[in-house]
Amino acid sequence: MVRITGGRVYDPANGVDGVVKDICIGEDGRVASSNGSAGRTIDATGMLVFPGGVDVHTHVAGGALNFARGLVPENQRIAQKFVHSPELRAGIGGLTPTTFATGYLYAGMGWTTVNEAAVPILSAKHTHEEMHDIPIVDKSTLLLMANNELMLDLLEAGEFERAKSLVAWMLWASKTFGIKAVNPGGVAAWKWGKNANQLHQPIEGYSKVTAAQIVMDLARICDELGLPHPMHLHQNNLGVPGNVGSTIETMNMLQGRRAHLAHLQFHAYGGQDWSTMRSGATEVAEAFLKHKNLTCDVGAILFGDAVTITADGPWQHFLHELTGRKWGNLDVENETGCGIVPYVYSDHKLVNAIQWAVGLELLLLIDDPWRVYLTTDHPNGGGFWRYPEIMRLLMDVEFRKSEVKKLPAEALNRISLPEIDRQYSISEMVIVTSAGPARALGLKQKGHLGPGADGDVTIYSDKPDSDGVMFTHPRYVLKGGKVVVEEGQIRALADGRVFLVKPEFDPAIEDFIRPTFQKLYTLSFENYPTEMTRLKHPETVPCVSQRP
Amino acid sequence: MITLTLKQPVDRVPLEAESICPDVVATLDHGAICALPVYLGKRQCRIDDFFSVDGEKSDEIDVHGDLRKVRWIGRGMTRGRISIDGNAGMHLGAYMQGGTIEVSGAASDWVGGEMSGGSIRVAGNAGGQIGAAYRGSLRGMTDGTIVIGGSAGLEVGMRMKRGLIIIGGPVRDFAGLEMKGGTIVLRSGAELRTGAWMNRGTIISLKPIPLLPSFLYSSTYTPTFMGVLVKHLGSLGITLPFDPEAGTYQRFLGDTSVVGKGEILVWDAERSTNARAAASA
Repeated sequence: MVRITGGRVYDPANGVDGVVKDICIGEDGRVASSNGSAGRTIDATGMLVFPGGVDVHTHVAGGALNFARGLVPENQRIAQKFVHSPELRAGIGGLTPTTFATGYLYAGMGWTTVNEAAVPILSAKHTHEEMHDIPIVDKSTLLLMANNELMLDLLEAGEFERAKSLVAWMLWASKTFGIKAVNPGGVAAWKWGKNANQLHQPIEGYSKVTAAQIVMDLARICDELGLPHPMHLHQNNLGVPGNVGSTIETMNMLQGRRAHLAHLQFHAYGGQDWSTMRSGATEVAEAFLKHKNLTCDVGAILFGDAVTITADGPWQHFLHELTGRKWGNLDVENETGCGIVPYVYSDHKLVNAIQWAVGLELLLLIDDPWRVYLTTDHPNGGGFWRYPEIMRLLMDVEFRKSEVKKLPAEALNRISLPEIDRQYSISEMVIVTSAGPARALGLKQKGHLGPGADGDVTIYSDKPDSDGVMFTHPRYVLKGGKVVVEEGQIRALADGRVFLVKPEFDPAIEDFIRPTFQKLYTLSFENYPTEMTRLKHPETVPCVSQRP
Repeated sequence: MITLTLKQPVDRVPLEAESICPDVVATLDHGAICALPVYLGKRQCRIDDFFSVDGEKSDEIDVHGDLRKVRWIGRGMTRGRISIDGNAGMHLGAYMQGGTIEVSGAASDWVGGEMSGGSIRVAGNAGGQIGAAYRGSLRGMTDGTIVIGGSAGLEVGMRMKRGLIIIGGPVRDFAGLEMKGGTIVLRSGAELRTGAWMNRGTIISLKPIPLLPSFLYSSTYTPTFMGVLVKHLGSLGITLPFDPEAGTYQRFLGDTSVVGKGEILVWDAERSTNARAAASA
């Protein structure tokens, strides 16, 4: 039993906005309504009490991230070091943190749930092995399906029902939580040296199936399977100036189906080319607000080092040619691709300045905090441990305006950020970092502090640190009722859970997959699915069919 | 002055001793210096487990003993002096920003890796990657001077951006690999692929060296900057031929497989004004 007393509680999901009240967490690790006795009392007088943060889109485990770790030794040399101690394992932080350090960094910042956004089935075992070693935080994962050739073949043949069973089988085989679509059709086309820039043209190697069809069918499959999290979409034309058009068209195309649009910042550029690029955030935000079926995370960028990691192979090759930086490419058999390119966002480069502004503009112009969430698409836009810097830019309009003044002069008339005066309230901040993403993920026990919620609580000082940034060093972090961070130090470890789904499927689908699989893949079918025993503390979230 | 004397040889597991650095010891008393951490492999030990320590509170350090397995001496130092009477191990003066390091014996790989100031002088031979960029980094040394009396290994000055490297003895392959600026003086020449992928910068060789086909002959002359360089090197006690009567430099431009704004200057005694006068007569 833990009781937190005297703190100002922000629990927007339950309509609590800065009220001083006690929060009790029972022996089961969940928030309790009763005033039980005994146990520890934490005096949070003068402090802010939040539900633990939820990261809806990050890259913290698996084959792609591990490849990136190997590719950027220069980044790891300057990264924060975690020295082995009786409580903690050794590790390094930085843009591609080691497994243990990932847990320490997230929890040390007050985040208690993370969603690893890209897992190919072939490396699902690897991903789960790494997640096994990420302490404290709860985890979920998304399965890459939009370039899976078994899937595309079925869509080409018009076999929707079988495709649905295939998706359901693969979700269970990989022990993942939802569906991710990355550059639909584009990565499959990349194997022919092409991309999918047009939504309505057949994908290279196919005669009928288009990017638009993949998007719509996957969204429908997610709805019909009743997945708690809708299709998580990394759209076509990421990062391309003038991609506003295809972004808005994708929103219209979905026709009311649920979808989560990932790192929308990279999909909100106007202009025709790099020299005429401008912010398209106003148009995108306006269109987005009309579609109540959609949620998004921004994938904001911060100036400084980043490592771009994505399944979007063709884009990464382009980025490598654009920057001349080193490039890593992976081909994941019939499932997806992957590219890694280190990148530096520079505050005196016009394009980067616009990108920086677009991320903030989306967070400010989409004035429905329940549908837009704070991410940096870690580590693509910057490390997740820099979230507090974005929070300061959102909450302090004077500071933001002084930062905008530092941008190159020619950037200023290509963005709308200087004219925006909105600033976030504390409650809105909690929505975009915790309550909103928890709701989008369909995790009912996360992102709030009502009775029955997980006892994931973050307690911050109500004053900024000496550098003016708040929320970097929580005073206390509780995970499942256990105090894991105290006075900014990790004091105890907890094991996180792994969320997964088990949608229903026709068992006959295995008879369909097996022969194709044995013909096309380099491993045997029996070794393909991830065993349940690999998961530490798995928790199956029920599927509820959703038909619009 | 602080004097450290190695008590017993370090010959198998390397000792990581970045606390042997003027910035670390400058304000410490004797007891605190003795307690400074060093790592024998993964085991943390005290400096006085390996060295007898004499003196305190100084930014001048004398080290005695065969330190060929002692790494990271003078890492990141910004001031003061380290004198090593013996050999030094890998990463000597890596990331250093100022001050001086002198070694009476030989040094190992990565001398002055990514240094940005100060000077390192090694009387004997050294290993490879002198003043180089660590793996993955975009640039190696950005300023400062490294003088090696003897020979050196592979990738000398790899990705260096600025600064001066002078090697007395023969140098192995890939000197000036991906060089972005600065000057390398090869007093006894080098083996293969000197200046491969160099973007900018100057490599001066006093002996004929094999050149990559992507280096183009430019001219034979005595560059005007040579006077300044000769004068500067003179202050370090190093001589460079400069007199047109004794010979001239052949200039090669490259590496044209990349940007190609670098140059390799090769001293040619055959083309001295005296020799040419004799030939025409």
